[in-house]
Amino acid sequence: MKKLLILGAGTAGTIMANVMRARLDTEQWDITVVDQRETHYYQPGFLFLPFDVYTPEQLHQPMEGLLSRGVNRIQQVIQKVVPEQNQVQLSNGDLLEYDLLIIATGTDIAPDEVDGLSGPGWREKVFDFYTFEGALALRDRLKNWDGGKLVVHICEMPIKCPVAPLEFAFLADAFFADKKMRDKVELTFVTPLSGAFTKPTATQKLGHLLEEKNIQIVSDFAVERVDGENGKLFDYGGKEVDFDLLVTVPTNMGDPMIARSGLGDDLNFVPTDRGTLQSLKHENIFVIGDATNVPASKAGSVAHFESEILTENLLSFIAGEPLKAEFDGHANCFVETGHGKALLIDFNYNHEPVEGTFPFPGVGPLTLLKESRMNHFGKLAFRWIYWNLLLPGYHLPFVQAAMSEAGKDFSPHEIEE
Amino acid sequence: MEKEIAGCTVSVNEEGYLTALDQWNREIAEALAAEEGVGLTEQHWEVIQFLQDRYRAGEALSIRSIGKHGPVDIKQFYALFPDGPLKKASRIAGIPKPASCL
Repeated sequence: MKKLLILGAGTAGTIMANVMRARLDTEQWDITVVDQRETHYYQPGFLFLPFDVYTPEQLHQPMEGLLSRGVNRIQQVIQKVVPEQNQVQLSNGDLLEYDLLIIATGTDIAPDEVDGLSGPGWREKVFDFYTFEGALALRDRLKNWDGGKLVVHICEMPIKCPVAPLEFAFLADAFFADKKMRDKVELTFVTPLSGAFTKPTATQKLGHLLEEKNIQIVSDFAVERVDGENGKLFDYGGKEVDFDLLVTVPTNMGDPMIARSGLGDDLNFVPTDRGTLQSLKHENIFVIGDATNVPASKAGSVAHFESEILTENLLSFIAGEPLKAEFDGHANCFVETGHGKALLIDFNYNHEPVEGTFPFPGVGPLTLLKESRMNHFGKLAFRWIYWNLLLPGYHLPFVQAAMSEAGKDFSPHEIEE
Repeated sequence: MEKEIAGCTVSVNEEGYLTALDQWNREIAEALAAEEGVGLTEQHWEVIQFLQDRYRAGEALSIRSIGKHGPVDIKQFYALFPDGPLKKASRIAGIPKPASCL
């Protein structure tokens, strides 16, 4: 019996386990998934939880029920991968052998990476919304917050779902407007990048949103330390930002197991071929989703598109054939702009997000890089799709792994690339 | 689009960043640095070389990687390229600005 071992049962790991179970002969291949957690969270919902749009119960399910019959699940902390011996050590001392390994251990917040961030004030005045507990604590804080300086902040790139902090700022604007207290809230967005938008087309098409929503921008701010008690952010260049309530996205890092295995970069992301998704160091190790260092967004849609490419390449690898499938960096994300509207963006390694229609060229019904109510309903409907189509590994109708250029307003210059 | 910098015709994007590192040379760097109000010293050149090496190795540029592996620490990096060191230094080094997806 050959062994396919999958580390991590988040979005990417669950899809891969289910898809590969359907594609590999049960007589020949054993498939095992290791994850220390027992609950699977619908992470896109964390953005809405602080604003009471979703109930906590809508955002999680037991991992067990999400894996196909014939997939073994082990709930245990992964100690490390030993690639030279094709083995994975668990923290209880068990050793798992593999013929083929998929690393899908994702990324998590690492608040300790910034001086003072997890110190006094953490989850009282300083919150994250990238964890279930953080989003829930923030919801409770926002319920009775009487206003002041609200700062939405990114510590450093790369982060999971890079537009989420901006969406948070947009939703906060609408949330306080609905509560008739927008005039009591000073809303500031603090980013290490050159602006809230960094791509020329997005800056031109969407820059007005910030002004309309009265969101102040502090850019090029590389945070050095946080003083939660006194409500201050400091950057390396000597700038300071005051806050009464800080909603930050801490440094994102890959699983500590990656560091223990010596497989990662400075942030514990695994160096991975951006096209084939094979580890750059070990040919029988493949990496998917947030765990890779590929220059695509860390997002569920990326994990999903990667899963289609990875499936083809794993089957080629097993057959001893060259890896033909190439991931193009495709991502497709809804961006909430508040008041029941959203944008949709579609982009890859080579193309920045542009205007157009999706998924049907010229028809839609979704609009790219332009606010609409339909996009917002698309985002809300996606929760059902996630649990019922995406995780089980069904092919989503009309949505392709490779980005389509049809129906999009690329400049002639961009198409040539 | 094409632009003439220090007597060389190079292709740049909307924000004046070189789109091909192989078109970069030291004279172009001097000219871009002057536009950014930065006078290049030996330490600046070391940082530029570091950024280009990292970029060629396919690594994402970050303040963290400067602090951990660079020729200067983060405070010095800010002193060398004030107000947005990463975006200024990348432009002078002829490599793309660190960007997000939107």
